[in-house]
Amino acid sequence: MSWTLRADMVDDLARGAAVLGTGGGGDPYIGALLAKQALAAHGPVEVVTLDEIPADAQTLTVAMMGAPTVMVEKLPSLDEVTAPVTALGTFLGRPITHITCAEVGGVNSTIPVAAAAVLGLPLVDGDGMGRAFPELQMVLPTLYSVSASPLGFADEKGNAGVLNTTTSHWAERIARVACVEMGCSIMIAGFGMDGATAARALVPGSLRHSIEISAAITAARAAKTDPVAAAAAQLRGRVIATGKVVDVERGTTGGFARGQARIENSDGTTTLLFQNEHLIARREDAILTTTPDLIIVVDSESSEPITTEALRYGQRVSVLSAPSDPRWHQPEALSMVGPRYFGYDVDSCRFDGTPEPRELQ
Amino acid sequence: MHIGIDVGGTNTDAVLMQGRTPLAGVKQSTSADVTSGIVSALAALAQEHSFEGDQIEAVMIGTTHFINALIEARRLAPTAAVRLGLPATRALPPLVDWPQTLLEAIDGHSYLAHGGYEFDGRPIAPLDPEELRGIAAQIAASGARSVGVSSVFSPVNHDLEVEAGRILAEELGDGVAISLSHEIGRIGLLERENATIINAALRELAAEIVDGLAAAVRAQGIEAPIFLSQNDGTLMDEAFVRAYPVATFASGPTNSMRGAALTSGLSTCAVVDIGGTTTDIGLLVGGFPRESAGEVTVAGVRTNFRMPDVLSIGIGGGSLVDPVTGEVGPASVGYRLTTEALVFGGSTLTATDVAVAAGRAQVGDPAAVAHLDPEFVTRVLGRIADRVAEAVDQMRTSADPIAIVAVGGGSILLPDELPMFGAVNRPGNYAVANAIGASIAQVGGEIDKVYAVTPGERGALIAAVRAEAVDKAIAAGAVPGSVEIIDFDEVPIPYLPGNASRIRVKAVGDLMEAQR
Repeated sequence: MSWTLRADMVDDLARGAAVLGTGGGGDPYIGALLAKQALAAHGPVEVVTLDEIPADAQTLTVAMMGAPTVMVEKLPSLDEVTAPVTALGTFLGRPITHITCAEVGGVNSTIPVAAAAVLGLPLVDGDGMGRAFPELQMVLPTLYSVSASPLGFADEKGNAGVLNTTTSHWAERIARVACVEMGCSIMIAGFGMDGATAARALVPGSLRHSIEISAAITAARAAKTDPVAAAAAQLRGRVIATGKVVDVERGTTGGFARGQARIENSDGTTTLLFQNEHLIARREDAILTTTPDLIIVVDSESSEPITTEALRYGQRVSVLSAPSDPRWHQPEALSMVGPRYFGYDVDSCRFDGTPEPRELQ
Repeated sequence: MHIGIDVGGTNTDAVLMQGRTPLAGVKQSTSADVTSGIVSALAALAQEHSFEGDQIEAVMIGTTHFINALIEARRLAPTAAVRLGLPATRALPPLVDWPQTLLEAIDGHSYLAHGGYEFDGRPIAPLDPEELRGIAAQIAASGARSVGVSSVFSPVNHDLEVEAGRILAEELGDGVAISLSHEIGRIGLLERENATIINAALRELAAEIVDGLAAAVRAQGIEAPIFLSQNDGTLMDEAFVRAYPVATFASGPTNSMRGAALTSGLSTCAVVDIGGTTTDIGLLVGGFPRESAGEVTVAGVRTNFRMPDVLSIGIGGGSLVDPVTGEVGPASVGYRLTTEALVFGGSTLTATDVAVAAGRAQVGDPAAVAHLDPEFVTRVLGRIADRVAEAVDQMRTSADPIAIVAVGGGSILLPDELPMFGAVNRPGNYAVANAIGASIAQVGGEIDKVYAVTPGERGALIAAVRAEAVDKAIAAGAVPGSVEIIDFDEVPIPYLPGNASRIRVKAVGDLMEAQR
């Protein structure tokens, strides 16, 4: 059933997406404000579920590329949000009919909302990951041979272009160079798919799911029941640790924040290894869960999601693990988003602690 | 000698200080006008310990006038906000997300103009003087009497902001005050801009308050310079307050913490202030409050100026105690404690009743709580101690031990030894701690900018930034030999090329006038 996304639902969408964002994506404030402003000015957006998207629809993902630190200073104009869509439509020679989120988490769950509102196009209730990952090609459509290319990109000055590359990886490399020249905060559109492909390749229902996670947290708080348990139930996951953050170390290498956090309780110490997102949870030497399943840190009282950059000593947190889309657990998917891709020499492990099939070497 | 004055919402406290030793202290009611409360506090102080006006070297004042004016949305100047950033930033214009009542109170109008910088200092678009003159004409027509100017990445380069301010001032004349964002906030355009607009809206009131404070002090025959407390515990002079009233916003909690620390002889400690309804916990490091890391919402407006990081939990002397479970708070009888608590003849079991039953305090009628089960009393007080200890633990940044200073009427709830932390310090003379905090006279200089760190030149760059902060402190009135760097922070910015780093340095030194 398609549904309508209104401005008053954006805060829930952003909070739920921050839960699914597994610590990545940064502060959702600016992205949520942008979506609310766009919905207030242009009216609500129709959200179409994957089972209702017409087979001949033409959809693409819209996302921000660059440094979140830049975006909080050089705020978007909305022109650059729509320009890559228009440029790509021209390149493809057919009108774009639907807008899709590449990921849920941080600004990239709310920028497509703003784009859809301004363009007057429906939004797809789904996304490319069902969580957040740091690189362009890390989406399920890659497994269906859908490429990021042709990739539209634009800045706020009116500069726009379309990259036609051999692989998603090349699209990312070239776009990153343009991104720096254009001021390190640009909008991109890519992963063009017809409706039939989108219905197969995307994670279904992620926008609705985000809103439901947030609503479950709000409802549990109001009913004075445990909001962390409510979030875990919505995620069909489990709480793997509740305790105090006793240590956070971070550094930046290769453009990505890398760090670890230790959470202590009477059962022992749980260690989280994170880059932009949480990637591995370990108790002493035993691996509890790894990417691509979800590792989520929330405030243990309020169940408010905490991003990796906001983690600090003394916080009382709960760590949740939850299943990601089953397709992320195929060997070829694990070689793209499993722990070894991120530089950790461990086998991947499901949210409930069971081992996965070996990834392709 | 010098004088410290704290003007709170209810009380105005004053202390006469010799160096760091209090000679006398008084507490008076705050007056509706600015001056008369201070006049009577100074007169009372002279009664306690007589002094001549010319013996006073400096007067330091902490005031909540400005933050209260914003919270009550009163006496704010009609204000315009001008942002340099086009063609960027159009989707979220200045004043977006402000509460409607405050927007109306400042009659806010916002304008976007070309200008601003990229993260690496390249201009986004050149400044268009004609465009700014057009905006100035609209501002003049709107009746705004104060203007806040912001520019994208002005913490990296503020040239365009300064130039735009100059053009607007030229067009609008002396009657309109101009506030520039790079002088007020840090990276984060909306938050810095909001703080700048708040500052702009307070400029007229600042002139009025400073004139009032000066008149009150001069009326006592004191010709010494007057300083006001800032959020971070350092002082600013009269001219600075007129330009940057927003910097006084959180001076209340800051002065309270610093006063508590001074009276207990500690400079690095956790201050636990237990009132009637809440326990407020803050950390002092080297005599200065630790500041909150992120955004702070004031009167519904999101800002990023530096405020002391204070954690409040719902435990106070008036907190309700569940007679069955023993849970404490967050509901409280508040100011009705002296009529509703059991020891005062009321019928509500409060945390104060439990403390009296345990013999920790002698207030009211102990017989009224004699029936409480000792096991229950021990359990309730143990739980309070655990929760306060846990909250202090959340506030500290590492597992290193830290001293605890407990103040406030509700501090009777705490034991002499706090779990995890050991002995609890209870300073004397706490009644006028805020005024003592205000009188601790130091001035500072701070730099917070994004730099491209060229490999091999990092050392030289950092030395230059540190020297700049020291010079700023000296310019603010610090004795040159006394200036120290109290805070240094270098954070690499992810996803940016060229080793961009945000460097923050804060230097603090002793104020020349307060050596005696």
